[in-house]
Amino acid sequence: MTAVVGAAGGALLQAVPDDSTPRRVPVVAPGRIRAFTRLLAAERIKLVSTRSPWWCAAVVVVLLAGLTALIAAQYVPESGSAWLSFGGIGVVPMAVVAVLATLAVTGEYRTGTVRTTFLAAPQRERTLLAKTVVVAAAAAVIGLVASFAAWIMAVFIAPRADLALSGAAQWRAVAGVGAVYAVVAVLSVAIGLLVRHSAGAITILMLWILVGESVLASLPRVGTDIAAWLPMRNLARFLVVGIADPDPSRSFFGERQLFGPWAALGYSAGVAVAVLAVALVVARRRDA
Amino acid sequence: MTAIELTGLTKRFGANVAVDDLTITIRSGAVTGFLGPNGSGKSTTMRMILGLDVPTAGTARIGGRSYAQLPDPMRTVGALLDAGWVHPNRSARSHLRWQAAAAGLPRTRVEEMLDLVGLTSVARKRVGTFSLGMRQRLGLAGALLGDPEVLVLDEPVNGLDPAGIAWIRGMLHRLAAEGRTVLVSSHLLAEMALTATDLVVIGNGRLVAQGTTAEVLGGSARVVRVQAAIPSALTAALRDAGLSVQELPGEHAVEVPGATTGEVGEIAALRGLALCELTARQPSLEEAFMELTGDRSQFVASTGAVAS
Repeated sequence: MTAVVGAAGGALLQAVPDDSTPRRVPVVAPGRIRAFTRLLAAERIKLVSTRSPWWCAAVVVVLLAGLTALIAAQYVPESGSAWLSFGGIGVVPMAVVAVLATLAVTGEYRTGTVRTTFLAAPQRERTLLAKTVVVAAAAAVIGLVASFAAWIMAVFIAPRADLALSGAAQWRAVAGVGAVYAVVAVLSVAIGLLVRHSAGAITILMLWILVGESVLASLPRVGTDIAAWLPMRNLARFLVVGIADPDPSRSFFGERQLFGPWAALGYSAGVAVAVLAVALVVARRRDA
Repeated sequence: MTAIELTGLTKRFGANVAVDDLTITIRSGAVTGFLGPNGSGKSTTMRMILGLDVPTAGTARIGGRSYAQLPDPMRTVGALLDAGWVHPNRSARSHLRWQAAAAGLPRTRVEEMLDLVGLTSVARKRVGTFSLGMRQRLGLAGALLGDPEVLVLDEPVNGLDPAGIAWIRGMLHRLAAEGRTVLVSSHLLAEMALTATDLVVIGNGRLVAQGTTAEVLGGSARVVRVQAAIPSALTAALRDAGLSVQELPGEHAVEVPGATTGEVGEIAALRGLALCELTARQPSLEEAFMELTGDRSQFVASTGAVAS
């Protein structure tokens, strides 16, 4: 038979253990922390070993840095504080971050990789939580890189603009982008888990991020009350309170606000985690 | 050792019963062939064994535990259900590397497995460019990563060339000889007869037969083929004796199901009929299979001519 099967068969004879003892290494359950660390490593390899996350990351950086450069090139001191122009620009590439995070989940459902994943790690909540952590961490890193790249470009292009990181609000406007993208990533992973189709999940997120909240906030009479509870608006608020908002209790558009900057971030993160919790329970109960 | 035990395993999709009260034990140290027509519930059963589908009723246990309760699943069970369950834009090596990371296995194990299945030279290529046979090999490499005691493989020879099929057959025998539990589904009977020592046959989600391959396939009735110098006289004599006779189109010989050569010979001798052929014929695998699964096949093909 070896003659028939050729090279692969020859390799088999060496690589399958020759001793007939059925078990070489005893199977011992890893501790909880070690098990989770392994899952983080697996999800990290998955995320960086396909091309689309790299493309999305590049688009985020180019978009944010490019827009900032355009604005900086137009800057004249008469237009007031430069932070008024730059604050909150970090929300623009949020939609691309959402695409990256959604595809990390729905791509697995489309290709069936999710079933290979559940075979390797059948405790689905833990496995999917590890994926969420890795994707959110990647989104945070992308946000930090893009935001600081944009800030450095602005400082070079518009040296007369006052863009010093002079206080908590200024630091939040730049470094806070990482936290904002992490929250968007968690929400996107959750929607991806619930919908399981790339097109459907991305459509929902795009409508939510780009259209839905603006429509709700501009409803007559109730709009301004609703606006204070909208997660994406609160994420934007986290970035701009204290620099672009003249009155901390009101938004740039004069809407009454419920939360301070950190409470706004915490509230949005809470919404994302709540949707994720529902998604994890649903993922456990459904057939993979 | 680590057996697979199914107890009252049932799966319904709405009104459709895919797997119906299946109770079987798949022993270690043997290659168990899991046979059934298309749509008979083989894959659904395997998905429930592996915790991918939630059973409507009953349990599937591996060494006494459900799949989700296994302390280190990849090192206990290796599975290949669908070679397509890979990301087409990921390289073969990365595909195995993340699995190894999830199971806490060293990177060297990935290289060993790539070597074992003969994919080292294409390890950097995207899986999307692979042929079905190469994907099957990659899937097997993934199943064997954890050096598992139990293997669950759904149609593993699908898409492989004859050398690949012989390679898999040899490997399965070897793994079973090491005391492992090997469950392999197939609809290719001839392949299963060569590969499997035990058989489990299902049809329409129900257990049809279980036992060693010889028992299951030999259990169906024998047929005697007989030809006389005067065929009509022999047919009449056999029918008088209460046997059913099947005439074969275009031949002088007839077949007598459920009889022995001794009986037929005796009937002919009593009537003084000369025989020119008398043989016991083992039914073909396909016949045995059709007899076992009979009308249980979900999609029965029509034998009528296609009208033009």
